Amino acid sequence: MKMVVVMMIMMVMAMVSEANMIEQTCKETPDFNLCVSLLDSDPRGSSADTSGLALILVDKIKGLATKTLKEINTLYKKRPELKQALDECSRRYNTILKADVPEAIEAISKGVPKFGEDGVIDAGVEAAVCEGDFKGKSPLTSLTKSMQKVSNVARAIVRMLL
Amino acid sequence: MASSDALLPISAREEDPLLSDGSRSDPNAETHGRRRPVKGLLAVSFGLFFIAFYVALIATHDGSRSNDVKIESDGTATTVSRAHLAGVSEKSNDQLWKLSGDRNTVAFSWNNSMLSWQRTAFHFQPEQNWMNDPNGPLFYKGWYHFFYQYNPNAAVWGDIVWGHAVSKDLIHWVHLPLAMVADQWYDANGVWTGSATFLEDGSIVMLYTGSTDKSVQVQNLAYPEDLNDPLLLKWVKFPGNPVLVPPPGILPKDFRDPTTAWKTSAGKWRITIGSKINRTGISLVYDTTDFKTYEKLETLLHKVPNTGMWECVDFYPVSKTLVKGLDTSVNGPDVKHIVKASMDDTRIDHYAIGTYFDSNGTWTPDDPTIDVGISTSLRYDYGKFYASKTFYDQNKGRRILWGWIGESDSESADVQKGWSSLQGIPRTVVLDTKTGKNLVQWPVEEVKSLRLSSKKFDMEVGPGSLVHIDVGSAAQLDIEAEFEIKKESLDKILGDASATEEFSCQKSGGSTVRGALGPFGFSVLAHESLSEQTPVYFYVAKGKDSKLTTFFCADSSRSSFANDVVKPIYGSSVPVLKGEKLTMRILVDHSIVEAFGQGGRTCITSRVYPTKAIYGAAKLFLFNNAIDATITASFKVWQMNSAFIQPYSEEAVRALSRT
Repeated sequence: MKMVVVMMIMMVMAMVSEANMIEQTCKETPDFNLCVSLLDSDPRGSSADTSGLALILVDKIKGLATKTLKEINTLYKKRPELKQALDECSRRYNTILKADVPEAIEAISKGVPKFGEDGVIDAGVEAAVCEGDFKGKSPLTSLTKSMQKVSNVARAIVRMLL
Repeated sequence: MASSDALLPISAREEDPLLSDGSRSDPNAETHGRRRPVKGLLAVSFGLFFIAFYVALIATHDGSRSNDVKIESDGTATTVSRAHLAGVSEKSNDQLWKLSGDRNTVAFSWNNSMLSWQRTAFHFQPEQNWMNDPNGPLFYKGWYHFFYQYNPNAAVWGDIVWGHAVSKDLIHWVHLPLAMVADQWYDANGVWTGSATFLEDGSIVMLYTGSTDKSVQVQNLAYPEDLNDPLLLKWVKFPGNPVLVPPPGILPKDFRDPTTAWKTSAGKWRITIGSKINRTGISLVYDTTDFKTYEKLETLLHKVPNTGMWECVDFYPVSKTLVKGLDTSVNGPDVKHIVKASMDDTRIDHYAIGTYFDSNGTWTPDDPTIDVGISTSLRYDYGKFYASKTFYDQNKGRRILWGWIGESDSESADVQKGWSSLQGIPRTVVLDTKTGKNLVQWPVEEVKSLRLSSKKFDMEVGPGSLVHIDVGSAAQLDIEAEFEIKKESLDKILGDASATEEFSCQKSGGSTVRGALGPFGFSVLAHESLSEQTPVYFYVAKGKDSKLTTFFCADSSRSSFANDVVKPIYGSSVPVLKGEKLTMRILVDHSIVEAFGQGGRTCITSRVYPTKAIYGAAKLFLFNNAIDATITASFKVWQMNSAFIQPYSEEAVRALSRT
């Protein structure tokens, strides 16, 4: 019986301390709720260290970029008058997918997080510039704002690795 | 004596992210399977879960966060610097929103004309793709060699290997094949930064960091395959690599960038490698006789709390009396030693002057209040400049500094233009024998070989003036200037008790904010409408102590209409001794501006990306924005030729091999 109790205490403590890990980490970011929701919802979040949490966020950036590119593609047909801005956004979001994300993954995994910081910051920059290109009439606002928020959270976590 | 860690299998040192936090490891989730009444077990479980909830509640509402206070290895408690979390990297979304809000009525996108203009004419850069740290610079058999961190596949960091180029004069380069690639398990994940050492017999050893197939940072030995090849095209990796692995107490990803070795008085070779313990930046010391086996010293070369990871540590002697370079092994009463480190947290290179104790391999700074890495400590450069490395040039008896100059634009522009990063113009480094308290850097003499036609000017410039300096093309310039504030203006300010002010380049609003005795200087890469311009200037301020302090600044805040580039104002105070005129030198080379104040006491490198002030539309202005003071300016402006850096070709290499 004693063994079972000890085992259960350990298991519970493990679960509690992991929940704490995500919360402790997210407290150090500019958007606690967003951070927790991104990490809690990911199955890898429950057993990741700081580096792992950073990589999960990079993955979220990747997913969000892919989703935004899909949206840009549908907008070409729906809003042909926005072609120029959509072209620029397409270029910028492709940079996120093809340059920023791979750079961040490699840098974080290999222990030179500053290049990972560059990558995640740039994701936010590209999103901000894309948004600005519509001069206030953006059809992508909620997506670009999400990217900037996720970028800010990701950056805070990557900086913990420095 | 071999490092004991060399005997441990590398896999024992790696961090398995799934198991790195011991308290989470749950090795035995199985129960013993002893039968118990279900009710009792349920009761126990509920009880435990309630306890767990309670614990969780307490823990998350715990006021004093365990992250806040760190106990350093010497027992002192320090609070974790919030700066490392807030981030002082210049690139940020916040900055961008502020910038894109103003001055931006048009959607902006880069075209090929603007982007191709950005490529420099006489700064070292590979033909394409990404570059970062300088590696293993050396002079051998008539050639200066330069190696560098290079990504052969993209215009962002990644897949790092060693690029290679040679030059007779540090200015005219020929690209060579890659020197080292990631072809061994001990550098499979990256052939990272390293340094060269000359042995007594004139042969060369290269120590460099490898990121192993398990992403552990180790140090490896390599040497030229053929010492008779002056181009040192091929390199051999020591079969016994790695020669150093992270020692106990050092994390596997905090161990990189070995220095050039120096001889100890005991006749051994000694190197230092930067690292960190918690938030304390440190430099480890190892002795060796053969570069294959090492003794780790108990002592550290130095450490400074709250500075974070020390990358690219550099350690070298400077003469107290002579304006020349010294071989890395020189020591003696007329010598001081420099410890320099690149701060991972802030991307700033800091150095300090101090005394080296060879008997135990330690070093102490002359002024601990500006110890290496402290935010107020000295910098080689107050702008964009990182991962720098010096080498002793035995050809001309000088110590030369290389620095990596990254981009300040967006990665999509880098991808579009197909390249990223430059090296600064190599600089000589000596101790300032007049102040004794700082280094002095100056572009190597050989850069003058690029000077073409010049024009000389002498003028008096009243307050609030702007003068167009007609030099024709203005994207490749070398400017040397001397300024004097007219005595009457100085006397007036010195006599006015109320005329004190606090000034900093970064915080005082840039070159348009007018003061009594400044700003005045040049505006480079300026459009005739001044809608885009990059002022480089002096600002003289009278402080509360009634003494004048001179500041040297470079303001890129209005350098470009682009809304995806970083446009900081850089600079620092610069020592001006009695009787000295104010002098500045500026090298303009398309998207890089390097400014040297007071003969190189304060240096500022800026990256700028004008969209209009390019090609023939780039102009040069002299300005004086002071409210009352009149200044005299005496200066010369040279057109600078291209260095015609040659792409790699087999024929070129064969031709060079025969010279």
